[in-house]
Amino acid sequence: MIQHLLDGILVGSILSMGAIGLTMVMHMLRFANFSHAELLSIGAYAALVFDGLFSAILPALATSIGPLSLTWALFLSIFIAMGLTGLSAVLIDMLVFKRIRENGHELSMVFASFGMALIVRNLISLGFGLKTRLYTEDIVFAVRLSDDPLILVKPDQVFVLICALFFMAVLHFVLSRTTFGYTLRAVAENPTLAQVTGIRLSTVIVITWIIGGALAAAAGVFYGLNNQINPVIGRDLVLPIFAATIVGGIGSIYGAVLGGFIVGIAANMALVILPSGYSPAVPFLIILAVLLVRPNGLFGEERT
Amino acid sequence: MIGVISYLIFFVTVASILSIAVLGLNLQWGNTGLFNGGVAAFIGAGAYGLVILGGTAQPDHLGGYGLFYPLALLGGMIVAGILAWLVGILTMRLRHDYLAIATFGVAVAFENFMRNSDKISGGAKGIRGFERPFEAFIGDPFYFSIGFFIFAMTMLVLVYIFLEKLIRSPFGRLLRAIREDETAAQSLGKNPGSIRLKAFVAGSMIMGLAGGLYATFYAFISPQDILPTLTFQIWAMLIVGGAGNNKGAIAGAFLIWGVWTLSGWGLSRFAPLEAQLYAGTIQYILIGVIIVGMLLWRPQGLFPEKLVVSQTGDRAQS
Repeated sequence: MIQHLLDGILVGSILSMGAIGLTMVMHMLRFANFSHAELLSIGAYAALVFDGLFSAILPALATSIGPLSLTWALFLSIFIAMGLTGLSAVLIDMLVFKRIRENGHELSMVFASFGMALIVRNLISLGFGLKTRLYTEDIVFAVRLSDDPLILVKPDQVFVLICALFFMAVLHFVLSRTTFGYTLRAVAENPTLAQVTGIRLSTVIVITWIIGGALAAAAGVFYGLNNQINPVIGRDLVLPIFAATIVGGIGSIYGAVLGGFIVGIAANMALVILPSGYSPAVPFLIILAVLLVRPNGLFGEERT
Repeated sequence: MIGVISYLIFFVTVASILSIAVLGLNLQWGNTGLFNGGVAAFIGAGAYGLVILGGTAQPDHLGGYGLFYPLALLGGMIVAGILAWLVGILTMRLRHDYLAIATFGVAVAFENFMRNSDKISGGAKGIRGFERPFEAFIGDPFYFSIGFFIFAMTMLVLVYIFLEKLIRSPFGRLLRAIREDETAAQSLGKNPGSIRLKAFVAGSMIMGLAGGLYATFYAFISPQDILPTLTFQIWAMLIVGGAGNNKGAIAGAFLIWGVWTLSGWGLSRFAPLEAQLYAGTIQYILIGVIIVGMLLWRPQGLFPEKLVVSQTGDRAQS
């Protein structure tokens, strides 16, 4: 039980990071972006490539940090993956979403995101193969926290949780303490009014994509570190991430953080009563429950 | 020669069945502006409903009620309709992306449920042993396939006529009115939520019919047939054909099904052996590119909807 809770918190931190970017984009551009979860895949594979590259150039980097399976090379790669994924998100927006937006077909954006998800996911399969990959072949032993009930925690999991909380804290300070944060919130609140005050909308959109992409990349690497890397990461995570945004209320960044943890914990706790085969369906049940009880989510405001 | 003919019959039969699903989607998206991201689930509901209600007795799981075929087909449609109603009632009042996400969730959950619930659906191995009506009576498989081909075509024509009548009816005008301007429709005393729900359920039942025909044709259904990616294929058909236009929807279905089978055949024939493993991957990239490309360069589809802005007395039929 406690083991499920701990696992849930860990998965939750990963979902939260994915959901933050998704909810920001959904709020600002007003469409459900089904390709957002593919950014996690892009991040995970980008880190895999640079991890290999760094380890090959500087073998000294290929040593693990302390008790973690994470190497210095991979640690550096996380930041490169975040940057690259942010840029890919901007690129996808420029090539596809922006042009459809400008044509005035708002609803078509949802379709386009379906199409983009299909393209990105299958291009990754084509480039990296269908088989699963791992950042490290070493077996990392879990630390036994207690014997009865048996609770196991891997050092990597602690690292992932701390990193995720760190990134979220940074985002919180940027949003609440900097002028840029105010700009971002102003645009999300009322794009037209924000433009009147001299905010350049296109710049804000680009930065939103970069933040969303970077957090998604970190989430993707962390997911890969705890599970494995395969081309269908996006397919498997798109529904839980959407569930997190709906639980939190579409548009609410803090809601997304909380929603991610709620979905992660609920999905893991559900395994106590459900056979594990059903776990992909759990996020859907959570979505249904939220729509029944509180359609606008925990922090969402009512709007049409 | 007979090989070519029987392949053509196979091709047109499947394309007709898919066309029915695309027509159902066109009622939802093209005429009403409802985004259904879970087409696969409604097709699956119809297919599983039919096979469970009308199939032969199954040893380990639900099914084998041996219901009279048209009733079983209708039963499958009703299962799809109930599923749509449940999702619809929760999301119709909310902004459109909720419906997209919830329906996408239905597709994931439905496939997952069917794959795991051995007691109800036979699990991952699916349900076999469906006795197709008249198959034993006709005997020869070639004549049966011709018979089923005629049956599928007839169903397609019936669905087409029904939808054409529907969109020309006052109800159809109401659907377009809501799609174009919800507030204006509301000010005329119409209830957009309930009308949308009706269109959503009706469209999903038509998808259920397609699912039932699909399961009849293959006499078999498994979770592998209703993967969420099926939704993308149906979408691509509608976008290529042109949302809002029923003839376009059917043309799109034939076109995309043609591209799909042709690319599959081409890859298996000419691609190097190492690439064979990735044939599906390449085909899905193709579908993705078609969807995005159409939206970028020809969002109205190849056969766009003929918009009637205002009707005068003598042009009321157009």
